[in-house]
Amino acid sequence: MTITTQAAGTDTPGDIIAVAKPARRVPSWAITTLSLVVVIGLWQLFGPQINPLFASYPTEILRAFWKMTASGELPKAFLSSMQPFLAGYALAAILGVPAGLLLGRFRVLDAAFGIYVIAGYSTPLIALVPLLMIWFGLGFVVKTVIIFLLTFFPVCINTWIGVKAVPKTLLEVGTAFCAPQSAVMRQIVLPAVLPYIMAGLRLGIGKAVIAMVIAEFLTAISGLGGVIISAANSFKTAEMFVPIIIIMVLAVLLTALVGFIERRVAPWQSELTGREGV
Amino acid sequence: MPHVQIKNVSKTFGLKVNGQILTARALDGVSFDVEQGEIIALAGPSGCGKTTALRIIMGLESASSGAVVVGDRTISGCGHDRGMVFQHAELLPWKSVLENVKFGLAMKGVPKSELDGIAARYIDLVGLTQAQDRRPHQLSGGMKQRVGIARALAIDPEVLLMDEPFGALDSQTRETLQMEVLAIHERTRKTIIFVTHDLDEAVLLADRVVVLSAGRVREIVPIELGRPRHDIRAVRTSPEFLRKRTMIWEALHDAPPADDRVTIRRSA
Repeated sequence: MTITTQAAGTDTPGDIIAVAKPARRVPSWAITTLSLVVVIGLWQLFGPQINPLFASYPTEILRAFWKMTASGELPKAFLSSMQPFLAGYALAAILGVPAGLLLGRFRVLDAAFGIYVIAGYSTPLIALVPLLMIWFGLGFVVKTVIIFLLTFFPVCINTWIGVKAVPKTLLEVGTAFCAPQSAVMRQIVLPAVLPYIMAGLRLGIGKAVIAMVIAEFLTAISGLGGVIISAANSFKTAEMFVPIIIIMVLAVLLTALVGFIERRVAPWQSELTGREGV
Repeated sequence: MPHVQIKNVSKTFGLKVNGQILTARALDGVSFDVEQGEIIALAGPSGCGKTTALRIIMGLESASSGAVVVGDRTISGCGHDRGMVFQHAELLPWKSVLENVKFGLAMKGVPKSELDGIAARYIDLVGLTQAQDRRPHQLSGGMKQRVGIARALAIDPEVLLMDEPFGALDSQTRETLQMEVLAIHERTRKTIIFVTHDLDEAVLLADRVVVLSAGRVREIVPIELGRPRHDIRAVRTSPEFLRKRTMIWEALHDAPPADDRVTIRRSA
């Protein structure tokens, strides 16, 4: 039932005749790899010339890594760190995203609770650790709470800002078609906010890692943070670097994972902005 | 009985400028009727209130006073008896063409099993079947606006409302879409109210042109061109076309300046 018109149709979609080939250029992963090789290479080259008390270098750290892995010390510390890390981060994501959506969508909630979220975000919550220890003890629970507290606020605030940034005109599409509140939320607000949520979850990874190490320093010394402390106290610099590098690698991998998930759940976003990579 | 009645509609809103609260009157006692199956153009310069009038008819804004009656109901808020085509299409970027058209249908409560079939029919109507799986950013401006039209038509509204639907398009694409609107009207006999600042477009498409200026109806100009108007060249060069175009032009140029509507209410 297509209606044809007499006017010159420059606008009608034709068949795709050819798929344009993207211009040849060096892939981003190759540049990243090269950069890593150069930095680690320089470190290996100049590291051994420094007093091993003050610094270490890659092969020495690798040797310490094998030793600590073989003794079982490292795997045990890693597992002990991961439990509160994953629990705290998951809790922050599960509660932070809906909280941000509600704050952004409902003026009354914004007015009633927005102030606490801003306060929570801008206050150094580390100051609460002594109090939290009185409430929650020294073990898994207090560590989870610390990680949750530091991660919740960036996730929540990013989501909140994202809701505020949803174009008014798209919301009007919902209004014009009489979309109920739930459909507006699921089909307009949530997809529009997804990039902000993912940005919040990425920031949250950095915060959660910091919170994890701080919790292990300040409460019962344990996990990767505990390994850092005991290695530093006995001046084993190479051993001290092992958990630090593990934490770095972990944070980078998790950030990349969030980026990967973002491209899966919000593919239109990278198509729109044309950006790639983490 | 007229299909749509705009009864003495006024709209005022406050603006804060340099600490002073000003009251702007966007619409001032606007009244006109629209007959069943008629195409009405709301024309006038920027800021004349034509878009505000259309938004009030859609229920996106409420009138400060007066009423809009569609059929026998005084409207308040949205309704599936009216379908809206937005100025910049406003497709949901995360949905494909097909899903965008299905959105309006789903909101109307059409059963899930029928969504695909109905949406596909209207996508076919605007000639986009080949592109139905693309996302909006993979479409040209004209194609986006076709999807906007399909989305609005798919809910089978009694009245189609269009807010400067072709204002952002190049002249050739605009002409193609104008022809399609005429063809769709020919086929469906929908009542259409559209906003435009393009006098040619107003005369070409409309049965009557409501000329607005400074928030008031300046004149209602009937266009006696007959239908169908497929032969766009003949229409554009006909004496009636030129006469009515001049008439509207003169109505606009006799109009008082637009800035007499803002009054200082009080200073803050």
